[in-house]
Amino acid sequence: MPDRNFKVSIGPQHPALKEPECFNLILKGEKIAAMNVRLGYNHRGIEKACEERTYIQDLYLIERICGICSHSHSTCFAQTVEEIAGLEVPKRALYIRSLIAELERIHSHLLWLGVAGHEIGFDTLLMYTWRDREAVMDILALLTGNRVNYGINTIGGVRRDVTTDQIPQILAAIDTLEERTKYYVQVGTEEITLRERLSGVGVLSKEDAIHLGAVGPTARASSVNRDVRHDDPYAAYGELLFEVITDNHNDVYGRTLVRLGELMESYKLVRQILRALPVGPITVKAPRKIPAGEAIGRYEAPRGEDVHYVKSNGTEKPERVKVRAPTLANVQVVAHMLKDRFLADMPIVIAAIDPCFSCTDRTISITGGDKRSNMEWSQLRTYGIDWYRKQGLDFTELNKRFKIGNGLK
Amino acid sequence: MTALFNIFVFPGLLFIAAFGLAAEYIDRKFCAKLQNRVGPPWFQPVADFIKLVAKEDIIPQHADPTIFTLMPLIAITAVITSFLYIPMWGTQALFSFSGDVVVVLYLLTIPTLTYFLGGWYSRSVFSMIGAARSVTQLFAYEIPLFVCILAPAMLADTWSLSGMAEYFSVHPWFSLLNVVGFVIAVVTLLGKLEKVPFDIPEAETEIVAGAFTEYSGRLLALFRLAIDMELVVGASLIAAVFLPFGLHLNAGLGFVVYLLKVLFIILLVSLFRTIFARLRIDQMISFCWKYVAPIAFLQLLADLIIKGVQR
Repeated sequence: MPDRNFKVSIGPQHPALKEPECFNLILKGEKIAAMNVRLGYNHRGIEKACEERTYIQDLYLIERICGICSHSHSTCFAQTVEEIAGLEVPKRALYIRSLIAELERIHSHLLWLGVAGHEIGFDTLLMYTWRDREAVMDILALLTGNRVNYGINTIGGVRRDVTTDQIPQILAAIDTLEERTKYYVQVGTEEITLRERLSGVGVLSKEDAIHLGAVGPTARASSVNRDVRHDDPYAAYGELLFEVITDNHNDVYGRTLVRLGELMESYKLVRQILRALPVGPITVKAPRKIPAGEAIGRYEAPRGEDVHYVKSNGTEKPERVKVRAPTLANVQVVAHMLKDRFLADMPIVIAAIDPCFSCTDRTISITGGDKRSNMEWSQLRTYGIDWYRKQGLDFTELNKRFKIGNGLK
Repeated sequence: MTALFNIFVFPGLLFIAAFGLAAEYIDRKFCAKLQNRVGPPWFQPVADFIKLVAKEDIIPQHADPTIFTLMPLIAITAVITSFLYIPMWGTQALFSFSGDVVVVLYLLTIPTLTYFLGGWYSRSVFSMIGAARSVTQLFAYEIPLFVCILAPAMLADTWSLSGMAEYFSVHPWFSLLNVVGFVIAVVTLLGKLEKVPFDIPEAETEIVAGAFTEYSGRLLALFRLAIDMELVVGASLIAAVFLPFGLHLNAGLGFVVYLLKVLFIILLVSLFRTIFARLRIDQMISFCWKYVAPIAFLQLLADLIIKGVQR
């Protein structure tokens, strides 16, 4: 078999992928000779939809870009709009935003740890981490009313306050999670098969990480000291003390250690925020019409740097919204990391960037390729009916009987 | 009449199928408990089997229909046949002859070969990669398994499983010498059953279901049944060779002891598959040749030395 090349398509539907995406691999035996990534199966047109809605409506739409780092997108968007409008957000609101952000990071990293375990066939780790993740999900539900898509942000502040009787509950959950995370650090560093599968896999040198523009834990595991929370503080991060976790393993093992380290930092941050939580209002009144202007917002999502660009034209709807999710920056490095590696490393290397494909997805129109034409909805429907007729399936009689599709031939 | 009973009811198809499904349940439930899950209800394996049997068989267009349909049957046949030569509660199996230990080991190799052929002739990329991995893995675990089963045979100076059981039940202390062999046998059984950490041929996140990707309906049901049966037969073989205790009790009590021994081995298998991550094929092969095979040979050497001293 070594002299034969296999073409394997991982995706758009494949058990290793949680979202539709296509990785075309050329295999030489068990080794990957070449690979290309195809995006575009999950494009939802959110950026365009934002131009049709008001800023407040956009906030909730933007929050639904990602189910896991929803707070990241909504905070990033809110910050950007606030910058254009020149709003001074109250301190308490900033602290609450940071608090939710850190809780979100905790749940996202625990989720990642489980997924990584599953990708290398270590389902026990998946079951354990996802069980523990429930603790932080419960806290998020307690604070915001939702397990995902918290809806806590608004332009000019936050919508819900943290009450004094919630604080002990949060601290108790954080204590449990810290203890569990210490156990996972022990598992990660001592379990032999786990180390074997993660070490030396998906190597990305510091130069390559900078050159290919990796962000977040992927870059930090290659000793790139880059964290928006530290470099360009937003929300309450300027007043909080924390370390930027980096690692010099450059591989998937390093990325695991970085995420585990960030979990421990997040616990510290949550405690700090709760201790220093200033008193005061949680929101300022934002105008319905945002003055003309443009701004770029940066935010350190659990997966890396999230960038939002908003251009306003003085009306209540934005003129242009642009989202660059962290996965888009990281997906480029996957092909590089997988070159000449084993097929068995493919799932974990992809998982190690913590991909979120539907967040990052965009449409591609290929120029110079096959001719493409746009179809109206009714044209598309007629096309479908004709196609089935050619296959010998005619539903005209049935449609008449059930009175479906009146007015269409 | 007796022959028909033996083939279809006990210890043939019906008994071993029921035993295999029960073993699958125990394996899944125990694994679930270790992973802090609830796990399936007791009838789940049976329900899965019935569901699959009731479904349509789809044979891929490019597959070889003869080999594709024949392989699950051959796998089951081979497993059941090998069970006839394994002593359960007494020291005497249903059938035995000098050399049956070799026959049993070969019959237990056949299922893996059927996975290979079935997967290879499915003509789908994932099946073919899975099939190639099955065979690659076979070469890594089969030799340590043979060596560590043959080592006690050397010590007992017989080539029949019944003879070995007889010898070790008379000299129970000698079976303690084979503890290392017992561990090796359980590890290689994991490879044979394609369970974590050696479930490389059917690694879900890489190659979907490996050799079984294109199988569906009745044929998949038979393959899954064959794997369950293989678990029971493999465990019985290890129990007969390495745990020759309680063989001179009466049939009822002896049967309970036999079930306990098999249960112990199944629980060990579940434990291993819970606490490890899946290895890569290259890591698996180097692990087997660097550690498992040499230790198996040491076991053989130890048995030979003891045999020499004994004379």
